[in-house]
Amino acid sequence: MNDMENMIGAKALMKAMQKEGVKQVFGLPGGANLPMYDELFKSDIRHILVRHEQSAAHMADGFGRVSRKPGVCFATSGPGATNILTGIATAQADSAPMVAVTGQVPVNMIGRDAFQESDIIGMANPVVKYAFQPRDAKEIPEIVRKGFYIAETGRPGPVLLDIPKDVQQNEAAMQFPDEFKIRGYHPWTDPDVAHIEKAIEMLLHSDQPIILAGGGTIISSAFAELQAIAEMLMIPVVTTFKGKGSFPETHPLSLGPIGMHGHAEANKLMTEADCVLAIGTRFSDRSVGKFDDFEKGLKIIHMDVDPAEIGKNQTTQVAVVGDVRASLRIMLKLLAKKAIKNDESDWFQHVKKEKQYWRENLKIHPGEMSAAKILRKLRQVLPHESIVTTEVGQHQMWASLFYDVIHPGTFFSSTGLGTMGWGFPAAIGAKVAKPDVPVVDIAGDGSFNMTENSLATSVLEDIPVIVFLVNNFTLGMVAQWQRTFYDRRMIGVDQEHCPDYVKLAESYGAQGIRAQSLDELENAIKAGLKSDVATVIDIPIDPEEDVLPFVAPGTSLKEMILPS
Amino acid sequence: MWAILSLLVENKPGILFQVTHLFRSRNFNIDSISVGITENPEFSRMTITTYGDEKQIQQIVKQLDKMIDTVEVKHLDEHKTVYRELIIFKIKVSSASDSMEINKMANAYGGKIHDVKKDSVMVELTATPDQIRAFEELAKPFGIIDVARTGVAALQRSGA
Repeated sequence: MNDMENMIGAKALMKAMQKEGVKQVFGLPGGANLPMYDELFKSDIRHILVRHEQSAAHMADGFGRVSRKPGVCFATSGPGATNILTGIATAQADSAPMVAVTGQVPVNMIGRDAFQESDIIGMANPVVKYAFQPRDAKEIPEIVRKGFYIAETGRPGPVLLDIPKDVQQNEAAMQFPDEFKIRGYHPWTDPDVAHIEKAIEMLLHSDQPIILAGGGTIISSAFAELQAIAEMLMIPVVTTFKGKGSFPETHPLSLGPIGMHGHAEANKLMTEADCVLAIGTRFSDRSVGKFDDFEKGLKIIHMDVDPAEIGKNQTTQVAVVGDVRASLRIMLKLLAKKAIKNDESDWFQHVKKEKQYWRENLKIHPGEMSAAKILRKLRQVLPHESIVTTEVGQHQMWASLFYDVIHPGTFFSSTGLGTMGWGFPAAIGAKVAKPDVPVVDIAGDGSFNMTENSLATSVLEDIPVIVFLVNNFTLGMVAQWQRTFYDRRMIGVDQEHCPDYVKLAESYGAQGIRAQSLDELENAIKAGLKSDVATVIDIPIDPEEDVLPFVAPGTSLKEMILPS
Repeated sequence: MWAILSLLVENKPGILFQVTHLFRSRNFNIDSISVGITENPEFSRMTITTYGDEKQIQQIVKQLDKMIDTVEVKHLDEHKTVYRELIIFKIKVSSASDSMEINKMANAYGGKIHDVKKDSVMVELTATPDQIRAFEELAKPFGIIDVARTGVAALQRSGA
């Protein structure tokens, strides 16, 4: 413990954040967080101004997923705080590290329905990993330390610090603790070696094993371990959508994502497997379809950092609780001691054949600007290390199907909550985390509409990203469901060519380019990569194009609908 | 199956909300809940009784355990646990013989009589939920006017 120092709460907040390595915050000021902003002004921490607090949260989220350090967002009390709720819930659903700091009305006004008062602690509690509301300025250094620790350890998640205005303003003797304890928090368990040995036996004695890599593989950066195990045992790898890019998708053993809009070969071979090594996944309904059908005849080995995920959605035969990278490392060491024949089994021959068949025979839309062709063009032009985020909708699923991730951990999406408007601000946050790498938001028009005013942030704060706008002038995924399940009774989906995205980009001082052929598209992407400002590439496509394959909700992966 | 869960939690505002909200958001039910401060004022003990199959109970325990403000979560084995609930019945009395009968029943269950009135009487009982149910069956024919109960409090036996 170091010496006490007198300062106001807001200054202690800045100092404590700097100790956590915070270089920037995404936010928007208001009445109840002005003391924080005044101290932010005096500090070295960069402020990145947003035009809506939801975007601040998504930027912090994007920053957090890429840097694996909590991104920080600031909002004022009341509407500022409620505006970041969607962003907090998104980070929680996808286990992204974030620290959200809100202003609150002064302590003696809490509970009196004061101006811009909202019980944000009460509202946010169900969607945060933890929430603090200090009632005394001297608590601030410790809650910041604990908040960052909770946000980034174990299964990461968002932490809310709701700080009443008087607590920001009051002076106190501050102590900045290095050591602290949180009695009820045990973020990591040491993986049980005996369970890993059992898992190995099960894998080696199964005829048709498969690896299912989830988002936890990316969060724990277990890329090398995953690849080494897959190659050592010659086991094909499927991923969840959140796990997309945990394994190079150009690798011969890669089958791509399973699920509602999984690759045909991935869904098919997943259902044929007799044993799965599931790594860092919560077996979401979108990934596995009908729960009972998925686990039928399948031996499940489940590795996860969160013990509560074991047995939640699927019955597991072997559970390994702990950081998945640590677990996979132990598995690798144990495997290295065994003499494993990794020659090509019948199963592997079958996998190869299926993969080749579907890669050659899956029907795609015939137009020049079909989703498959434009996304393959993007892949072809983008440097391998580029980071991609997506919005939510058809374009997101097309990205999953047709954009191959080559460098592990370069693809991010709002997969759990499915928050439209996430991709663009998250791309800005990602670019702040890795300024030297191109960052592209694969967007749809409906989603982009929701946070397009982040163009101001991108241009004014000099954070250039590319918006790859797959524009079908509709809320395409809803339209697809209305075409498929509601007998084409189309309602509430037509965006009617409004706005003009080229003009919209230009009005913010960004670059707007319309691409109506693959050549134009290639030039536009290249122009975007060279640009000093954000580039919006408006790519008009056929509004009737569906995302296929499609596993209808509540059905099993076996019942996949294929393009006809 | 019926389960008794015992939680040692940080004695801070908002914990009860977090725990009860967890039950709601995860689609579990709370049968009874009792909360009180422990010998150490930093902690409270919550005793929750709930129903579910084994898988569901395991899941509740894990989700509760994951909460940062829960220091300890135990699924108690009822055979190795002392558990009691306090209940107060207000029972209708129609005649003097009713009064005597209720008095006898209360004695048999170790209960106490309060607030004896011409047409009603209160019985305070501290017992297991099963015993309370049995008493309730006996009291029903007289007419139960009102009931207030505390929920189960439970502690594991030493060495169990």
